[in-house]
Amino acid sequence: MRKEDFTYIGKPTRRIDGREVVTGRATYTQDIKLRGMLIGKILRSPYAAAEVVSIDLAPALALPGVFAALKLVEGKVRYAGQQVAAVAAVDERTAEKALALIKVDFKTLPYVVDWEKARDASAPQVRDGKPNVERFNEYVRGDVEKGFAEADVVVERTYRTAFEIHNPAETHGSVAVWEGDHLVVYDSTQNVHGVRDGLARALKVPAANVTVIKKYMGGGFGSKLGLNEQTVAAANLARETGRPVKVLLSRRDNAVCVGYRPSSLQTYKVGAKKDGTLTAFSLVNYASGGVGAGDEVSEPVVDIYKCPNCKVEEFTVFTNTGASRATRAPGHTQGAFGLEGVMDELAAALDIDPLELRKKNYSTRNLGDTGLPYSTKGLDMCYKLGAKAIGWERRNRKPGDGSGTVRRGIGVATSIWFGAGVPGTLADVVLYPDMSVEVVCGTQDLGTGTRTHMAVVAAETLGLEPKDITVKLGNSDYPWAPLSGGSLTTPSVAPAVRDAALKAVERLKAVAAARLKVAADDVVMGDRRFFAKGAPDKTVAFADVYRDLRREASFHGERTGFPQNEYAFNTFGAHFAEVEVNVETGRIRVLNYAAAHDSGQIINKLTAESQVVGAVTQGLSAGLFEERVMDDTTGNPTNPNLRDYKIATSLDVPEITPIFVDVVDARLNNLGTKGLGEPPRIPSSAAIANAVYNAIGTHVREIPMTPKRVLEALKKKEAGS
Amino acid sequence: MEKKPTKKNPGGVSRRDFIKGLGTGALSTAVLPPLLGQTIATKKGRVPVYDKKTITLTVNGKKASLAVEANETLLDVLRDKLDLTGAKKVCDRGECGGCTVLLDGAPIYACMYLAIRADGKAVKTVEGLADGNKFHPVQEAFIEKDGYQCGFCTPGFLMTTSAFLEKNPAPSLDEIKQALSGNLCRCGNYAKIYGAVDAAARKLRGA
Repeated sequence: MRKEDFTYIGKPTRRIDGREVVTGRATYTQDIKLRGMLIGKILRSPYAAAEVVSIDLAPALALPGVFAALKLVEGKVRYAGQQVAAVAAVDERTAEKALALIKVDFKTLPYVVDWEKARDASAPQVRDGKPNVERFNEYVRGDVEKGFAEADVVVERTYRTAFEIHNPAETHGSVAVWEGDHLVVYDSTQNVHGVRDGLARALKVPAANVTVIKKYMGGGFGSKLGLNEQTVAAANLARETGRPVKVLLSRRDNAVCVGYRPSSLQTYKVGAKKDGTLTAFSLVNYASGGVGAGDEVSEPVVDIYKCPNCKVEEFTVFTNTGASRATRAPGHTQGAFGLEGVMDELAAALDIDPLELRKKNYSTRNLGDTGLPYSTKGLDMCYKLGAKAIGWERRNRKPGDGSGTVRRGIGVATSIWFGAGVPGTLADVVLYPDMSVEVVCGTQDLGTGTRTHMAVVAAETLGLEPKDITVKLGNSDYPWAPLSGGSLTTPSVAPAVRDAALKAVERLKAVAAARLKVAADDVVMGDRRFFAKGAPDKTVAFADVYRDLRREASFHGERTGFPQNEYAFNTFGAHFAEVEVNVETGRIRVLNYAAAHDSGQIINKLTAESQVVGAVTQGLSAGLFEERVMDDTTGNPTNPNLRDYKIATSLDVPEITPIFVDVVDARLNNLGTKGLGEPPRIPSSAAIANAVYNAIGTHVREIPMTPKRVLEALKKKEAGS
Repeated sequence: MEKKPTKKNPGGVSRRDFIKGLGTGALSTAVLPPLLGQTIATKKGRVPVYDKKTITLTVNGKKASLAVEANETLLDVLRDKLDLTGAKKVCDRGECGGCTVLLDGAPIYACMYLAIRADGKAVKTVEGLADGNKFHPVQEAFIEKDGYQCGFCTPGFLMTTSAFLEKNPAPSLDEIKQALSGNLCRCGNYAKIYGAVDAAARKLRGA
């Protein structure tokens, strides 16, 4: 597709909601206060497994200021932190006192929270009558035994990744209020339509009688994709009391009951010819998602490289901890860490440049899913531009070539992700006779810049400026859009806005044509005027044409389908990290970072850069620091706060160079745009781990790469194992 | 600074639990009864935990007199009683800086500061950062350089930055990193924030 000459699309545009954010006026769910509002609180199980024999709410209800109390569980609790009961009271303190008065008779049961112990046949069963280990994914392509037999070199390695908590800045929360039969919920959610539908089912009310609103949200990263238990509790408490009820989860709650990234234990075996041609890949993965499921980590290994023989087996391990939830690029970040690690270890075994090994096995077809050719794939350009930005030639020729106490290294890692968007997404453009313009879509802005990109697309199409556009989103009463996750938002919403705006332009041109007394096809737009083609002095100002509309006019846009039976549509990226490792302390510092991405046409370069910078930082944080640690003896986490659960600070993060290759994919949608939310989160821990490998000559094979693990890896290397 | 609770004394009452009155959920049953009727030390002597006291604050240039409980934090008073919701409750225990406000010009974590201790002092929140309709250069710079994503931690970063640049008008990158290290951004936008702080410094210097 020829790149169009856009005024705003693909260029940096400041956020249109910046004013609200920097003045503190942006309203987050936490900030909502309604007249007569009660505070709801939830009592949680301190036990990892127990029979709830009885719950006595009476003492809580007897406390002055308490308006309602509910039982939230029957039978068994299966993890510490599971909800047991809820109260609504005049204020937070009264609610907390009331919780303390609820009498619960628990009969504790055997449990297991260590996921490696849970694999033992003798471990307590997490699910009654079902084994703790369950195979949940299998994949075979070609004949791996034959492939390994053909290989000149075979490398087998095991990689581990930790449980990583989303910890959004704003904890989960909801404010529910009934207006007659209609329920209005302000929710900290990535999915207003999904929460609406979920609430309708949970409360047995028509979906049409539920409205879910989210104006601003303090981060989600996958942990706010679905209906939360506290939202249902808030709605039930509000129904029972006839008052608005607000329930906010605590920071501790965030570590026990709203998900995390599952762990993984991935064993790769890879075979290759001397020249680097891959002959076989096998992967056995164990993952744990507590009472929920683990992640499939195999997408990278089945897709990224051209390898004729590939076999995958994945198992999930159940434990008595809360259920995992999708975490920015679920499965892929774990998989990229393992796959890209073993690729580097293979490159060392073959004595080939790791980047050359990747290019040697470059795939132009999506081998894992469909076998179809990629519609577009700019990964080669990502490799080229990223390598140039980091100075790839400066790396150690062999891992660990350097000497001294502080050693430097450079590493690369690759990502593949989806990001095609969802056909059927709807958006409206409304033109007013006073020349104001509204764009309406029931999507949500998580801080990713959705509001601004909607304004950019509408302004570009209508010949206006982004600041001229009023954007309405974050409300389930607005036209349907998918959840904001999976890198779906931009490729779903932007094309729908584009479609609606194109229809609006058509109408404006027809109105202008009447004024100019020419055919609508002969009207051109520019400089806030309409012109007759070939007669530049025949013009009419936008203001006059809009006024001629006489009343507001709505235009309905839709994101249409794409040829997914003919082509594969994916996003790609290549990250390059430079680190230094102190071999005496085991401390890693990331010095430089370049992140190159093919996500099709970028809509707003400024916010796209932030997406990349933020995702790289999260990958750095997971790669070096983040790990939920469970206490085996109580079944509770030892670090359910932001002090003991370490996340990256400004002292840890270098300057980061985002690079966009802008391969416009015309087959995919009317803007050729793809998603960007997940892709930069995928290869960042892996690129840093490979840089560490390049620096010290041994792969740390487990994230977070804490100083202890780095020193252990060095010790093993010295011992020659 | 307030001392943080230690996990080593589950039977005792940590200062933090004491201030807040309660922990959460069932675990707080053991903690609650001993607190009632106890006192807490302040600069003006010991006061009972649940006693109310009238304090006077100058908030964003305006005087406010209000009754607060002795164990209420400045953050709760600002958010719940004065409806200034710009400062956010993120960790609620002095770990993240999301609640940073200026007290007599110096940045503090409002979640760790008792409201009664602020009696007679001047508090500036993000709502008071702009001069009427004119943005503070720090606010302008954070918008221009996209120094945030979800914006939840932004009020804290803005307050920290505005106080920092008063003291150090021409900071190096390392000094910027050091100055921001008490504020967490979970979206991970630090690398953009560095540019925003640098741009704000230039604006303030008129450079």
